[in-house]
Amino acid sequence: MNGPRWIWVFAFVLAMAAPWAFHDFQTGRDSGFVISMLSQMGMMVILALSYNMLLGQAGLFSLCHATFFGIGGYATIHFLNAAADGSLPLPMEVIPLLSGLSGLGLSIVFGYMATKQRATAFAMITMGIGELMTTAALMFHSFFGGEGGVTTNRTIERSLFGLDYASGLQVYYLILVWTLISAAGMYFLTQTPLGRMANATRDNYERAQFMGYDPRVVRFLQFALSGMFAGIGGGLYAITYEIVTFDALAGGLSANALLMAYIGGTTVFGGPILGAVLITLLQSGVSLLSNSWLVYVGVMFIAMVMFAPAGLSGLIVAHRPIAGSGRLGRLTIPYLKLIVPFFALIFGFVGLVELLSFMTIGAAQGKKLVLFGNAINAGAIKPWLISVACLFGGGIWLRFEARSFHRVWESLTADLKSGDRP
Amino acid sequence: MTAVSLRDVRKNFGATEIIRGVTLNIAAGERHCIIGPNGAGKTTLFNLISGRFPITSGEIALNGARIDAMPPHMINRAGLSRSFQITSIFPKLSVFENLRCALLWSKGYKYSFWSALWRQTALNDAAQALLEDLNLSGRRDIPSGLLSYAEQRALEIGMTIAGGASVILLDEPTAGMSNTETDYAMALIRRVTKGKTLLMVEHDMKVVFDLADTITVLVYGQVIASGPPEVVRSSKAVQEAYLGALEE
Repeated sequence: MNGPRWIWVFAFVLAMAAPWAFHDFQTGRDSGFVISMLSQMGMMVILALSYNMLLGQAGLFSLCHATFFGIGGYATIHFLNAAADGSLPLPMEVIPLLSGLSGLGLSIVFGYMATKQRATAFAMITMGIGELMTTAALMFHSFFGGEGGVTTNRTIERSLFGLDYASGLQVYYLILVWTLISAAGMYFLTQTPLGRMANATRDNYERAQFMGYDPRVVRFLQFALSGMFAGIGGGLYAITYEIVTFDALAGGLSANALLMAYIGGTTVFGGPILGAVLITLLQSGVSLLSNSWLVYVGVMFIAMVMFAPAGLSGLIVAHRPIAGSGRLGRLTIPYLKLIVPFFALIFGFVGLVELLSFMTIGAAQGKKLVLFGNAINAGAIKPWLISVACLFGGGIWLRFEARSFHRVWESLTADLKSGDRP
Repeated sequence: MTAVSLRDVRKNFGATEIIRGVTLNIAAGERHCIIGPNGAGKTTLFNLISGRFPITSGEIALNGARIDAMPPHMINRAGLSRSFQITSIFPKLSVFENLRCALLWSKGYKYSFWSALWRQTALNDAAQALLEDLNLSGRRDIPSGLLSYAEQRALEIGMTIAGGASVILLDEPTAGMSNTETDYAMALIRRVTKGKTLLMVEHDMKVVFDLADTITVLVYGQVIASGPPEVVRSSKAVQEAYLGALEE
């Protein structure tokens, strides 16, 4: 179910080194943009992985996962304030543990309510919980600070390693370590009796009952633990941004958790990591280039649900049996043939979306439309025609190539099946 | 000693009474088959005993203790395990994982989220032994949903007996099998239920008369005969209600 170990080592080394690839050694300055993006990735990885403890591993479709992320964040703001005035003499490095316990506390309460049910009724209850908490965050000013949220200063000057966490880079490494601890913890849980019975109740809760397990207790424990990890993510959020508002626990972030986990793939442990990294890249990278980045995320989500319900990691894993038989090379040409129509389709789609969005928003802002490095006159007919032609031409061509790709794929997997019979 | 006893058990679905006062005692160590025409309520009776549905009235006891108000997992922990007529396994988990899950509760792991499965040697060995007992070693790591029908039925039986329950309920374990597969399944059932109380719903009369110590005939939610095979076979009421119809 999981990739070879070197992938994990490689990912960690990459995450360690990433800030230095963008470090300006002449001025000695870090790239603030890159570091804040990497930090965001770390929290989102925790959020997506903990969400997948529910969706992928236990088959629980939760719509309030950000609640526990958010509460971890709010609580951490108060912890940091208490640490700064001396009433909570704890070093920075262990604060995220308290954030996790805050998430756990709330997920025990709400989990007790929500896990009474499963499937659709469960989803309904969690939606109610999410709305309830969003409202509460706006109503109860003493803890949540209303619309303005609550703020802190993270330089509490108490650290196990003598760090002051004034720089983003130090915070990033704190996030990285906690992301590693959380991911390792969540992976360990998948290898325990509870983790396995969560899979079992997902597949067939009734059978689990007739084996001595109360599916409700399995759901409850899984829910509570997942809330704990989400709380850690929220704590790191509070440390990074030094402000938490109701956005951190509202429905939008819950939906984001779902998107990241699903796009990355819920059937493989590491899938949501891929999703979190990709969505954060789109969020921070593409949002600089285009107003319409959310459209692209949405369309990608729909395309994944329609064509690759196992997500990105599911697509990768599907290649494993073929790679194992040493026949991966036979897919090279079919893949190359997909590239041109695929990019034509994307080019056409992006073109149309950008033209449309320019007509409605961009022009009013007095901007110039620049697409793929060219200044475009959105009033002319030519860019529209080219986009439409690319979209439809690419689409039809891709459909055609996809069919022949499918045939090659089928014949390869058929070979594999006949291969393992004596 | 009575392993399972039912006293005037009734079950209504809405206004329809499906089980109409069943009283039955199943002795410990007995192989007890329940037969009856379609719609007689055999599977419903299983669902009542195993706690899948609550009973409307009456009493059900397992080894002398009332179980009719318990949820299924409590009944299972009390020592009763069942299989399903329609194969009920964990299709996305491997064959090995299916069996290991079936062993977990009886091995005392409960809801443990602190013990690593790969380090539980005794548990893993037990699952492996069961795998070999079921002749499924060659299929160890494939998702159980991809097994052939007969293999899935064998796995289902394995999961039912894995927890070491003293009372085993099998609901048509050989349904849909070829003759060879049936013979193999019956040999397996005999082997793995040795020394246990077996309660089985079955349609194949050859299997029933071959295996059972006691046969109970259920017709329209009522027991019309119960006793050793030869007694049931010669019972007039049974011949009229059920066996006769088969011979025509």
